[in-house]
Amino acid sequence: MTEALPMAGAPTNVNLAGLTKNDYRGNPSTLCQGCGHNSISNQIISALYEMNTIPEDVMKFSGIGCSSKSPAYFLNRTFGFNSLHGRMPSIATGALFANTQMRGIGISGDGDTASIGMGQFKHIMRRNVNMVYIVENNGVYGLTKGQFSATAEKGLQLKHQGENPYMPVDICMEALVSNATFVARSFAGNSKQVKELLKAALAHDGIAVLDIISPCVTFNNQENAFHSYAWGKDHEEPLHEISYIAPRSEIILEREMEEGEIREVAMHDGSTVILKNLEKGYDPTNRFEALRVMEEAQRNNWLITGLLYINTTKPNLTSIYELVETPLNRLTEADLRPDRSAIDKVNALMF
Amino acid sequence: MNKIVNDFSITVGTKNGSGSSTANNTILRSIFKMGIPVSGKNLFPSNIQGLPTWYTIRVNKDGFIARQDTNDIVIAMNPDSFTRDLASVTPGGAFFYSDDIRQPVTRVDISIYPMPVKTIVKNDPNVPTDFRDLVGNMVYVGVLAQMINMDLDKILAALTFHFKGKQKPIDMNFNALKAGAEWAKTNLEKKDPFQLEPMDKTDGLIMADGNTAAAIGSIFGGVQFAGWYPITPASSLAEALNDYLPVLRKREDGKHTYAIVQAEDELAALGMAIGAGWAGLRSMTSTSGPGLSLMTEFAGLAYYAEVPVVIWDVQRIGPSTGLPTRTSQGDLTFTHFIGHGDSHSVILLPGDVSECFDFGWQSFDIAERVQTPVFVLSDLDMGMNQWMSKPFNYPEAPMDRGKVLWDKDLEEIKGNWGRYLDKDGDGIPYRTLPGNKHPMSAYFTRGTGHDENARYTEDSDTYMRNMERLKKKYYNAAKYMPKPMLHSIKGATVGILAYGSTENAVLEAQYHLDKEDGIKADFLRVRAIPFTEAVTQVIEKYDQVFIVEMNRDGQMYQILLTEYPQFAMRLKSVAYHDGLPASAKWVREGILAKYEKAEGIKREAVALKKSSTGKTAAKAKAVSKSRKETKKPVKKVTAKSKSSAKTKRK
Repeated sequence: MTEALPMAGAPTNVNLAGLTKNDYRGNPSTLCQGCGHNSISNQIISALYEMNTIPEDVMKFSGIGCSSKSPAYFLNRTFGFNSLHGRMPSIATGALFANTQMRGIGISGDGDTASIGMGQFKHIMRRNVNMVYIVENNGVYGLTKGQFSATAEKGLQLKHQGENPYMPVDICMEALVSNATFVARSFAGNSKQVKELLKAALAHDGIAVLDIISPCVTFNNQENAFHSYAWGKDHEEPLHEISYIAPRSEIILEREMEEGEIREVAMHDGSTVILKNLEKGYDPTNRFEALRVMEEAQRNNWLITGLLYINTTKPNLTSIYELVETPLNRLTEADLRPDRSAIDKVNALMF
Repeated sequence: MNKIVNDFSITVGTKNGSGSSTANNTILRSIFKMGIPVSGKNLFPSNIQGLPTWYTIRVNKDGFIARQDTNDIVIAMNPDSFTRDLASVTPGGAFFYSDDIRQPVTRVDISIYPMPVKTIVKNDPNVPTDFRDLVGNMVYVGVLAQMINMDLDKILAALTFHFKGKQKPIDMNFNALKAGAEWAKTNLEKKDPFQLEPMDKTDGLIMADGNTAAAIGSIFGGVQFAGWYPITPASSLAEALNDYLPVLRKREDGKHTYAIVQAEDELAALGMAIGAGWAGLRSMTSTSGPGLSLMTEFAGLAYYAEVPVVIWDVQRIGPSTGLPTRTSQGDLTFTHFIGHGDSHSVILLPGDVSECFDFGWQSFDIAERVQTPVFVLSDLDMGMNQWMSKPFNYPEAPMDRGKVLWDKDLEEIKGNWGRYLDKDGDGIPYRTLPGNKHPMSAYFTRGTGHDENARYTEDSDTYMRNMERLKKKYYNAAKYMPKPMLHSIKGATVGILAYGSTENAVLEAQYHLDKEDGIKADFLRVRAIPFTEAVTQVIEKYDQVFIVEMNRDGQMYQILLTEYPQFAMRLKSVAYHDGLPASAKWVREGILAKYEKAEGIKREAVALKKSSTGKTAAKAKAVSKSRKETKKPVKKVTAKSKSSAKTKRK
């Protein structure tokens, strides 16, 4: 577990950015009590606090649905855009061009991503937009009171819907085959893992997909349902233990070292993600292996969690465009309007 | 034989994909360079190869260059459209055809010129076999050049421009063209009256298409982001951004101040543009009708969340996929009310290529000033055809970035601001942009109900207050809109109101209505909605105002009816929707068909009187008073034009 090194004389509840945890909080949640989404919001607050991120250096995005309301419940000091159902990816893609120093955090749900937003989801993967894409996945439409979503398993029984006749969409699988560069799955009940994966995702340079199974306490929490607390707790199969090591705090690494096979993944910003493998000898840089593990988990009815895949060699979207260093939204007329002589040049280019 | 100089039309019938556009553009540009007013319109199918396609050129010494819907000279290169092409020649006209087309030539009232196109190309050893069809098109240009006196030097200039100075293709094409000209000189006897003579009427003008002009205008407006998805007839706008940005915004360090992203569909195209606009970039997208349908959802978000973005709609015709390669003004009411719930859009209506340039940069100023999506409605004719045009003018005003609060601005006001607070009373609030480090800068943008501080609310009063402010903002936007253009005639008794690419056709109709039908009309070309005061003034002034447009339902007419219900009875819809660029003939005939003599107007006055109750009586009085003033000339004109109007009317 990484901890910020307190500065001399500063109160201990202040991080290296000089901010308290309160500076990362949002409005009180209006979601149901016990909703998995709230615990994810809390982990986002903790992760950013612990990473000393300045709230004004982040843009948060969402679509429509219970999950998409949650950006209101963290980071009040951060610009946010609660957009349209399934359209968060395009809004984020355009917005992040304005200042490439800023990091995007997007919150979507299973309906928002795997149904109405599937097209934009797949394309933001292949563009490798520089943001964390969190899917708060509960297999059900909550705000419209309990319809099946596209991630609901076949055969699931819901009160007013009967039995789900369709095969589910696997968000991690979809992300992977669309060339996402960071794909992870977790379970909202496993807050330590959620936080460590969030930190790793935030340090990743490119799209980082976090599929977090987040049970709906109101509409889909039967013990036998895939997206329930009971099922999740019983069937969770972590690939590895994961630790995120911030670039500044290598000292702490010593304490984290344990026996067993350890794999380090170096991130662009100099930080490290350390995976302590359990019995599987798992290599998250191997896409083929990631697909195999997911297929295997599906066949065995496991909820496989952890960092499934990471590729730190692909450029993110905005870096392909070789933009000027000044954020584009700080450029002025002098940078943007060609000078007077250019008009003659242009007219000469016409016939 | 009487000569007809610099006043005729040429139509070329070819197969789509046969490479004839180079040849046809060469004819157009050569005539332009000879100083003669000219226009060229591509009437093409939605197809890559094989279907019949036409290119029609209008040459007119007086500058009337709207599409002429009769064909004085026809060049038939396509066996599939041969019969139709032959039949389309006006009596006394000229018909050129490729003599390998073995079909009966049945007309005796026109001049017939067979051309050995294939033989001439075959005999040229410098033309590789697989280039024969392409270069063959140059043979008809050569034959035509010889027969109507096109200047070979100007042709060479046109080819040099087209092939960007590359000698090999220039030579190959020019030689084939000269061979055609020489063959015609020896073998054809001039029987038709059509001739070109050099003029100086195009001096100082350029030739360009509206999509290119729009892209370049946007670049001078400082475009920073464009999201787009390919669609006819808008694709060349985004492609022109890609072509010209590296030239016009080149920096020494090789870095870029812009990004163009081809999106996965039109939803994402506008979504990205809105994301960028929200974050403070000058942002745009370009599309056509079907794409605009997909963008509707996002347009509503941008309206309600008040995000500046520019949307170019290069209109084609029809509901659904419609006729993808035909032109119209059919998206006007859709754009006006785009989105569910109550909404109103700011719309710019460029009328020619140089206005496409002007509105290219002005649209960003308006979008950022008013904080709303700005729709620019061009059309296929303006967007894709080459038009002679005034040169592009450097923007006369500095950029208007609107009401943006940066870090130091917030410090000064101690962070005391509200995103949707109408501080200035003009309905336009202040905004902050991501990257602003002031702790009070951030807000949460949403398409859900929100209060003055952008907080979620479902409170009825707050909702209504916000919506009323948006309405106020919309009507206030009129003061940032380009003023309409008035083409006035002395003694005008009626008004014509039109917009967009119909200008040339309306100007020509206005001339003929005056000279031949005795109807003097002022012509107001509207350039934006919401309407400015000048629009109101013209409608107030005349008993009859003809609303001319290229759609079925009279869409501008519909909008005027809702904006000026008090003048409903003087507005007359002249709408036409065959998908072809407007011609003066249909404008004139349409106006004549709706033109009412004095009796009709009296009837209207009676009806008005009847319908006016106590409250509106004063208004009605004012109306009838203004009518009295114009009564005399209306009567006079009607009497004078009685016989001609009668025969023209159907």
